[in-house]
Amino acid sequence: MSSVTGERISTGRIGDSISRPDGTPKVQGSYAFSSDLSAENCLWGATLRSPHPSARIMSIDISGAYRIAGVEAVITAADIPGSPTYGLISSDQPVFASDVVRYVGEPIAAVAADHPETCRRALAAIVVVYEVLEPLVDPERAIDGSHPDIHPDGNVIRRQRIVCGDPDIVGDVVVEDNYEIGMQDQAFLGLEAAMALPDDDGGGVSLYVATQWLHEDQKQIAACLGVPLSKVRLTLGGVGGAFGAREDISLQVHTCLLALRTGRPVRIHYSREESFLGHVHRHPVRIWMRHHATSDGRLVKVEARMVFDGGAYASTSSAVLINGVTHAQGPYRCENAVVDGYAVRTNNLPCGAMRGFGVVQACFAHEGQMDKLAAACGIDPVEIRLLNAMVTGDKLITGQIIENVAPVARCIRETAALPLPDEPVGGHDHDPMRLPGGAGRTADSSHIVRGIGFAVAIKNLMYSETFDDYSTARCRLSDGVVTLKFATSEVGQGFITIAGQIARSVLGFDNVVIDSIDTDIGSAGSTSASRQTWMSGGAVNAACIKVRDLLFAAVAVSHDVDPSSLTVDGGDIVDAAGVFRISALEAASGLSFDETVEYHHTPTEDLDENGQGNCHTAFAFVAHRAVVDVDPELGLVKVIQIATAQDVGRALNPLSVLGQIEGGIAQGLGLAVMEEIIMANGHVRNPSFTDYLLPTFLDMPSVIASLIEEPDPIAPLGAKGVGEPPTISSTPAIVAAIRDAIGKPLNRVPVRPTDIIGLSAFPSI
Amino acid sequence: MSESVALNEQYELHVNGEVRPVRDSWLGESLLYVLRERLGLLGSKGACEQGECGSCSVLVDDELVCSCLVLAASAVDQSIVTIEGVAPIGSPSDVQQAFVDAGAVQCGFCTPGLIMATHALLERTADPTEFEIREELSGNVCRCTGYGRIIEAVQRVAVSRRVSGQA
Amino acid sequence: MSVIVPNSLSDALAALADNPDALVLAGGTDAMVEVNSGHRKPSHVIAINRVSELRSWTYDPVAATVHIGSGVTYAELMESPVADLLPALAEASRTVGSPQIRHAGTLGGNLGTCSPAGDGLPVVSALDGIVHLASVAGERSLSVHEFMVGVKRTARQPGELITGVTLPVLTGWQGYSKVGVRNAMVIALASTCLATDLEGRNVRLALGSVGPTILRCAEAEAFAATAVSFEARSVSAHDARRFGELAAAASRPINDHRATAEYRRHAIGVLASRLLRRAFPNE
Repeated sequence: MSSVTGERISTGRIGDSISRPDGTPKVQGSYAFSSDLSAENCLWGATLRSPHPSARIMSIDISGAYRIAGVEAVITAADIPGSPTYGLISSDQPVFASDVVRYVGEPIAAVAADHPETCRRALAAIVVVYEVLEPLVDPERAIDGSHPDIHPDGNVIRRQRIVCGDPDIVGDVVVEDNYEIGMQDQAFLGLEAAMALPDDDGGGVSLYVATQWLHEDQKQIAACLGVPLSKVRLTLGGVGGAFGAREDISLQVHTCLLALRTGRPVRIHYSREESFLGHVHRHPVRIWMRHHATSDGRLVKVEARMVFDGGAYASTSSAVLINGVTHAQGPYRCENAVVDGYAVRTNNLPCGAMRGFGVVQACFAHEGQMDKLAAACGIDPVEIRLLNAMVTGDKLITGQIIENVAPVARCIRETAALPLPDEPVGGHDHDPMRLPGGAGRTADSSHIVRGIGFAVAIKNLMYSETFDDYSTARCRLSDGVVTLKFATSEVGQGFITIAGQIARSVLGFDNVVIDSIDTDIGSAGSTSASRQTWMSGGAVNAACIKVRDLLFAAVAVSHDVDPSSLTVDGGDIVDAAGVFRISALEAASGLSFDETVEYHHTPTEDLDENGQGNCHTAFAFVAHRAVVDVDPELGLVKVIQIATAQDVGRALNPLSVLGQIEGGIAQGLGLAVMEEIIMANGHVRNPSFTDYLLPTFLDMPSVIASLIEEPDPIAPLGAKGVGEPPTISSTPAIVAAIRDAIGKPLNRVPVRPTDIIGLSAFPSI
Repeated sequence: MSESVALNEQYELHVNGEVRPVRDSWLGESLLYVLRERLGLLGSKGACEQGECGSCSVLVDDELVCSCLVLAASAVDQSIVTIEGVAPIGSPSDVQQAFVDAGAVQCGFCTPGLIMATHALLERTADPTEFEIREELSGNVCRCTGYGRIIEAVQRVAVSRRVSGQA
Repeated sequence: MSVIVPNSLSDALAALADNPDALVLAGGTDAMVEVNSGHRKPSHVIAINRVSELRSWTYDPVAATVHIGSGVTYAELMESPVADLLPALAEASRTVGSPQIRHAGTLGGNLGTCSPAGDGLPVVSALDGIVHLASVAGERSLSVHEFMVGVKRTARQPGELITGVTLPVLTGWQGYSKVGVRNAMVIALASTCLATDLEGRNVRLALGSVGPTILRCAEAEAFAATAVSFEARSVSAHDARRFGELAAAASRPINDHRATAEYRRHAIGVLASRLLRRAFPNE
């Protein structure tokens, strides 16, 4: 049952590129992912889902399912003892739909049975009669009021304006355009999976689940089960990637309900198709932007209108919207702004968190605008970005002052200085496989044009708008062994690696054990918003410092030295004068300390009606340069190289940072040229890996990365989160490179072959 | 239409050099399902059920295939090697160790399949070019790493095998 | 449910005679997708991947033909010497799915599924392949053009097994091109196989993914036969373009979530024109 627990870390301090403590079990196939968990007498669960984007449920007949041998339970909304709804920010999403369904894939019932195939047949035997309704699929109709409310909370989830400076000022140069971002899926490989074990007395449940935030799940599950928090214990099952898709509840409540109903362990594993329907996605967004500048290219005003399609339920849409509107200016100084943003409800798939969280969308638009501005002013795209690059102390359009390190110009300069690929189109060996189209051998080198594009991003770190997303960590020292306990979800990003590095650096001991990740300790907040290095890293650091200080005090007493003069030097404790030295192991012999710390970031404020307020905690910056080869006649693209310089504060583990950078860029590349959930009147057309295309080894180029290390004084370890920035400006850089190659405006991602050729993307009927 | 699933078939598979009886199974089960749920070999992972991700890669009669696309009952008398058959627990193979050392592992869900594919690649091509690595591993999708560290890991193995004369 | 794994052709045919509508499983790369998703619930399966008679190919230098057993995998078709005899088939095979799929998937399976996107099929069509079927009642052979009836429909009768296909070894350039939105592991949005026959002095062109089944382009082929110089390996830029236009005109694509009909038709024109240029590189 152990998953990420009990791994022993042997060496490595802060700054070392040590390997993951869970690496060996992962390469050997012995690491227990949530889908690998089982228990004696365990049943399979499965979920019945709506085939309609909008319909009234007239009746549900479950009797047919019960007639199938092997079926142990069938549950619907009538079987929920507690809250019938859940949700991260507002509790607006039904555990099971009972009166209406609002999106394709909405859960209606769940079954537990002896075999997945029995479950499938049981679901097919449930008869639901629908009155099909006209779905609301156009976000603009959610705003203009021309479609009836599809939810009691209304069709507009949130509207936020930002007005700053002189809203009427006009620049010498004005450029405007419309931009569109398609719906991206997080597409983690480890499908949703959970196992619930009912308590012997039937009063509570233990859930093993792959999630980003154990305590938030616990809170929502307990409310739906109608039991106290203490009756729902969560343990992190091994997580096969997350990227935002595990921030919302999916199968958690269903699994627990089935376990409590049957009195037996129950596990649910989603299929890939179900995963596409069963978690939230990146918001599709339509953005209009107008940039004003002086004739020499200095930004004067940004105007924008952004419409985020939140789909059927709220999820984190209101926070995604805030990220979108507050990042409309990009990493550039701008004193005047008028921004209007909506997050709306439709009968499309629900959208919520995905890596980049609203900023991906804003960045695609503002970077398109910066290129337009550069062209209009006759300035090089890199130069105009340098000209406007923000610095520490600058005021954002929300009125907030950037207090942390802001090496925007350095990101730009270092990215631009990285070497370009030395290979010509087709490579030195002229293998047609290297050209756009790959194995399809669609082109010869003469058909290909190359382009270069540049983009820069700003990303907020941690949660915003008064949310206190604190993290808790416990450090125990006993006979020279350090045990760390936290509820921080390890989703692959490597927090357990750096947690050990922090403890070793602070305390001087090599032996660090990571305890089970579960709800037996306070919340760590979510593994999202690039926040765990800062927040949980801060908590681990603080807990270790407390233990270290207790150890120093003990050493001071036993060796008659001044505790305030002591420091850790490698594996030793030394005094400032360098006279006293004792190995930490010897000093700690026979001693035990146990300290738990909550780390909180500086408080933030809500935005007012004009979008003013210190709503964000801190920011990170990044630049990307893309080189692409394009076949203009067929509309095919191959990305040849990505160069990047990223503001990381301090690289606690450079190898791990590089992994985040390369992985994040791959997701940005996917959005740029291939990844989109295609919806037609509320129906999903491509819920499979055959038709939702992810970048392969042959689509993702090599990355040249430069880590900009300017330790941030306001970060507990000087380190910024690094997960999201790579995903943000890589997309607009690639699109800029395609534009550069073919000389056409491309204002939508993913860029489709038809967009490059200039054909309609939609059937002509 | 909705008849019950007959869980009553018995047959034997040859997995990692052992004869493994499969009991009380439904004949529609894929090799991936049988390996995981009947034989307790959980190292092969399912992520797409249609041969588009490579996470379930195993060797069947020395050929790298997707175990999700093999009907288990049709693999009787064939030699099946899974990730569990690559090296004993605690004694990783050179490929496995290189993946750990090079930072080629993040969430790790795709990793067992990639380990199988990498062993198969280096078996066939001892010193692959970067492009050959990319083509031969292109059936294994990774969502975390962007592939860079994986290529690095494969190259490290090729170099160390050459140096140690194994190649 | 039953699963039979015959080791010989006679055992396979006998099993098929007992259950004429059994699911014949070759590499499993199409059929198992449907089984896994629950879209296909077979009651009888006959897995033919152990039938040795189907697992090899033979070259007849006198007749200048290659007979490919239906159980030969794409990975095998990518290797010399069969790849040198049938280069377009090798190129097409290299575009099929992933290495894992190519190790399992077979040309016979491609024929059996008969998807218009099947990568091997435009090659078999361009080469006017002969498909061989067998049952306990006997054997028959028919042109691939008669064999392919419609979208995933073939002339195979219940109780019949596809045993192989015979393809001519032509003198002259041949190649395969396929458009997908990814650089590997992608289903064809449009594909083309062009084969030149220097002895017959003709150019064959077959199109995939743009009709209910693979299409041949009689008009484009007739045009090419007169427009090109087989000796000089030349064609004018204008005529290469015209060839593409005729190919595009012959396509009958549909709109779906993967591509519009307009894009598929456009792509066929570009591919056909480029393939003709590869075959006749001189202006």
